[in-house]
Amino acid sequence: MMNIYLFELKMYKKSIIIWSIAIPFWIFFYMAFFPMIAADSVAFEMIMEDYPEELLAIMGMNAELPMSSILGYFGLTFSMTQIPIAIQAANYGFHTLSVEERELTADFLLSKPITRSKIIISKFFAAFTSLTIVNVFIWGISILSLYLFKGEQTFELRNVLVLLSTVVIFQLFFLSVGMFISVSLRKIGSVLSFSMGLGLGLYILNSLRSLFSSDIFGYISPYTHFNPAYILIEGNYHKVFTIISLLIIIVSLSMSYFLYLRRNIPSL
Amino acid sequence: MNVIEFNNLTKYYGDVKGCENVNIQIKEGEIFGFIGPNGAGKSTTIRTMLSLIYPTSGSVTVFGKDAIEFGHEVRKDIGYLPSEIFYYDKMKVIDLLNYSASFYDHDCTEKIHELAEIMELDLTRKIQDLSYGNKKKVGIVQGLLHSPKLLILDEPTSGLDPLMQQKFFNLISEENKKGATVFFSSHILSEVQQLCDRVAIIKDGEIVKIQDVKELQTDNYKKFKITGLSLNHSKFGIEGVTQLVESEEEVTFFFKGDINEIVKILSTLKLKDVIIEEPTLEEIFMHYYE
Repeated sequence: MMNIYLFELKMYKKSIIIWSIAIPFWIFFYMAFFPMIAADSVAFEMIMEDYPEELLAIMGMNAELPMSSILGYFGLTFSMTQIPIAIQAANYGFHTLSVEERELTADFLLSKPITRSKIIISKFFAAFTSLTIVNVFIWGISILSLYLFKGEQTFELRNVLVLLSTVVIFQLFFLSVGMFISVSLRKIGSVLSFSMGLGLGLYILNSLRSLFSSDIFGYISPYTHFNPAYILIEGNYHKVFTIISLLIIIVSLSMSYFLYLRRNIPSL
Repeated sequence: MNVIEFNNLTKYYGDVKGCENVNIQIKEGEIFGFIGPNGAGKSTTIRTMLSLIYPTSGSVTVFGKDAIEFGHEVRKDIGYLPSEIFYYDKMKVIDLLNYSASFYDHDCTEKIHELAEIMELDLTRKIQDLSYGNKKKVGIVQGLLHSPKLLILDEPTSGLDPLMQQKFFNLISEENKKGATVFFSSHILSEVQQLCDRVAIIKDGEIVKIQDVKELQTDNYKKFKITGLSLNHSKFGIEGVTQLVESEEEVTFFFKGDINEIVKILSTLKLKDVIIEEPTLEEIFMHYYE
């Protein structure tokens, strides 16, 4: 069982390195602009006032947490960062159970003396470990750049930590939903288009929620469940949304397990 | 003892029939041939043994255990060579083989090197750089490295040159002598003829016949080729003659029945030559596929 886990991790190696550089760079790059915005905060607020409220809402801005405050700006950065986090997690989800069939190595792996249950568990944990490695870098760079660019401002570190702690659930959401969809379908052609579709689709759903200020759109979107502005202001998870997220994860994982164990592996 | 037992195995893919009511018993130490054209249900039958697919009804037992329920236990002693070979392209051959070996309890290092030497396989190359035939060799080593008690070979010889094919057959025979049972699927009858003890013929997902390879040849048809002068008198239109082709100088046909009947007719003719042959399996099987 350990051999599949290690093998899979090795297969992720390159991907982990790329994502561990790209996402932190993304965060750092955004945060680096903060000192400029803070310096011109008055002018900036005036520009913002001219925008329609709906547009600001879509962009995740909030009157209580203005963009010229370090946490407000971080919240905005973070909501942008959620997109690549989602795409990476979805990518692993769609990939991990479908790769053998797509690359026709299923006959090799599944004819080995190992239960499918062990295969799916090893694969899940390998993907999850890979995501967690990237997550560690996200934590590090977030905290680092907050302190680096905050200037004279102060902020509530606890709220930041609560927000960062949502990343793991957020990743699990996309990983497990990706796995579930991939075993529900006969074949996954292009993993990237599926993961972009899921990652961006749910983001758009969350934007619609902001636009119409109607929660209906947000019930299945983790971008809504873990809205950075909400968490940074409240310093806590939104309970109902978090429970919905967890339920979707549990259902997706159980269904993936169930379907993978009963899957017919088509011959070539 | 039966190593494999198919009991009324049926597999439907939705409405499409994969195989139906397959009943075969394969004894320990046997080399069993499994013959049929592409799409006849060979792979479906094989894949249920490895629980790659699940039967619609019926069952398969391997080593006396249900192949689905105890799949992972059963697969410890199975070596499987799929018809098309695909491996993780970016790996080196040796890394793939070591990964393969890591699924088995015992150390396979020695056997890997031994097999690679016989098959003339370079272990240090990347799999994506290998030719089709060399990938096939990786498959062979991969299927044999844990010294399995049951070998399942699905069209194993495609892509191997005749020399390698012979080496491969020798390897299989050797494993068989050491006690391994072999399940050999193919659509090339001559290789089955060369290697197998018994053979099952599958057509449209159903087994049409299971027979001893030798019996299949002797009990059945004789192939006649007669040359001479003015032979075309429709004399051979008797019962038991099939595929009759008559011309003035040459008559060919297959015959099953009392050989004396033919000899009587022959004695009335002026002949140059008579050739009486065992038909090849191909020729026998054409009969089932007419």
